Amino acid sequence: MRSDVTEYELSAPATLQEMLSLLAAEPGKYTPIAGGTELMVALGVGRLQSRSLLSLQHFQELRFLREEDGHVVIGANTTFTDLRRSALIAEHLPLLAQSASWTGAIANQNRGTLGGNIVNASPAADNPPVLLVYGASITLISASGMRTLDYNDFHLGYKKTQLRADELVHSVRIPLAYQGYRQYIRKVGTRNALAISKIALAGIARTEGTRIAEIRLGAASLTDRPIRCLAAEKALTGASLAADSLEATLQAGRAALAMEAKPIDDIRSTARYRSAVAENLLEEFLRSLAE
Amino acid sequence: MSKVQFLLNGQQQSVEVPPMKRLLDVLREDLRLTGTKEGCGEGECGACAVLMNGELVNSCLIPALQAEGTRLCTIEGVSTDGHLHPIQQCFLERGGAQCGICTPGMILATHQLLDKYPNPTMEQIQEGLGGNLCRCTGYMRIFESVQEAAALNPLAGK
Ligand SMILES: Cc1cc2nc3c(=O)[nH]c(=O)nc-3n(C[C@H](O)[C@H](O)[C@H](O)COP(=O)(O)OP(=O)(O)OC[C@H]3O[C@@H](n4cnc5c(N)ncnc54)[C@H](O)[C@@H]3O)c2cc1C
Ligand code: FES
Ligand code: FES
Repeated sequence: MRSDVTEYELSAPATLQEMLSLLAAEPGKYTPIAGGTELMVALGVGRLQSRSLLSLQHFQELRFLREEDGHVVIGANTTFTDLRRSALIAEHLPLLAQSASWTGAIANQNRGTLGGNIVNASPAADNPPVLLVYGASITLISASGMRTLDYNDFHLGYKKTQLRADELVHSVRIPLAYQGYRQYIRKVGTRNALAISKIALAGIARTEGTRIAEIRLGAASLTDRPIRCLAAEKALTGASLAADSLEATLQAGRAALAMEAKPIDDIRSTARYRSAVAENLLEEFLRSLAE
Repeated sequence: MSKVQFLLNGQQQSVEVPPMKRLLDVLREDLRLTGTKEGCGEGECGACAVLMNGELVNSCLIPALQAEGTRLCTIEGVSTDGHLHPIQQCFLERGGAQCGICTPGMILATHQLLDKYPNPTMEQIQEGLGGNLCRCTGYMRIFESVQEAAALNPLAGK
């Protein structure tokens, strides 16, 4: 049932500092709202628990995208449209441009933010697997200061993250270190781009001759959270793509990925289907490396 | 209640509303502009689309307070001096509108599309209108209306 909007409070603190002080004074009382493309849907179907919201959408100091000592730093309020319009992202981090272009349709991309996608922490979210393969770090801000974590350590479980109730995501930072890497991403959904994915795989790899020198894989919907597929990476590092060993490499990759897949069954798909499709996507990526 | 002010179709507006009230309801109930439609109420259909600071957004997902200080354009603001905008004219002539529920959103999505790509390819049209669902036309007539509007280049000189 639709919620009664008069039961909800929303205000827009004048400054980021003021917002952080409010969060620190009563941790857990307030829910931050950025583009609202998750929270307003929850409101619509009567599932928005928090009655007190604070808007951070107007903080321009969280909406930026800049190059800094060989890294790109992206503010939490950056929208998917901002990401798609950035020449820096298009040139250096094409997988992020691609995942942004899949995060709902244009109207959704104009509002939805990278910070909201990360904190909502859906296992099916489109952008976290890309941040994982690109080796991102994440900076959190609170009244007591900033801390930076390896993004790989941020997601703890189903919709559970390291974010404390008094913190906001400030930015993510990605090394500009992937020139010469082969890059791959594919999302499988019901209505391709617009639908929430049933499964998605992102990968980057560096080859030396016919050998895989380095490979990183990130997946959505393969477990209860966005993950790096470390077992498959390990099985494939150093593996040969030469014609006479390709089949063995594909088998090793598929088997390792199957071991770490613990997909959930939900309304969008079954675990068996997800696992099988993820293996097929990995095979597609590996075959493209062999070409 | 919060006081929220914005520029709507070129006119300054001020409303006193619950801050979490959906912009869609503010437009339809408080400002009596019923051109903006509600389909799904969940961001999936685009019937409620408006332009906010020139960008297409779904008004069912925007709390009133976040419209503060913005520039909004609804379907009522697309025509000028009682004359249909060329995009509207093309939808009318090419059968791009049947029951009309999706039409305001389709027209605003087309507006943003042609702003960005004055000569869109079929792929760009499909992406630009990808968040707008239509239960009547089967889409082909809508795409043809958009192509026709692009050929007339309604936004040239803007
Ligand atoms: C029609 C539709 C289609 C969609 N399709 C996709 C899709 O294909 N792929 C996909 O991944 N997602 C999709 N989404 C989900 C959504 O658009 C994204 O998750 C988006 O990134 C959410 O960002 P937001 O700013 O709108 O979040 P909000 O709704 O504002 O917030 C989401 C969560 O993040 C928290 N939050 C936001 N910013 C911060 C911050 N800086 N610090 C701390 N907490 C914060 C909020 O408290 C809340 O818990 C879709 C949504 C809709 C409505
Ligand atoms: S009513 Fe807003 S997108 Fe459907
Ligand atoms: S004309 Fe009826 S929904 Fe499009």
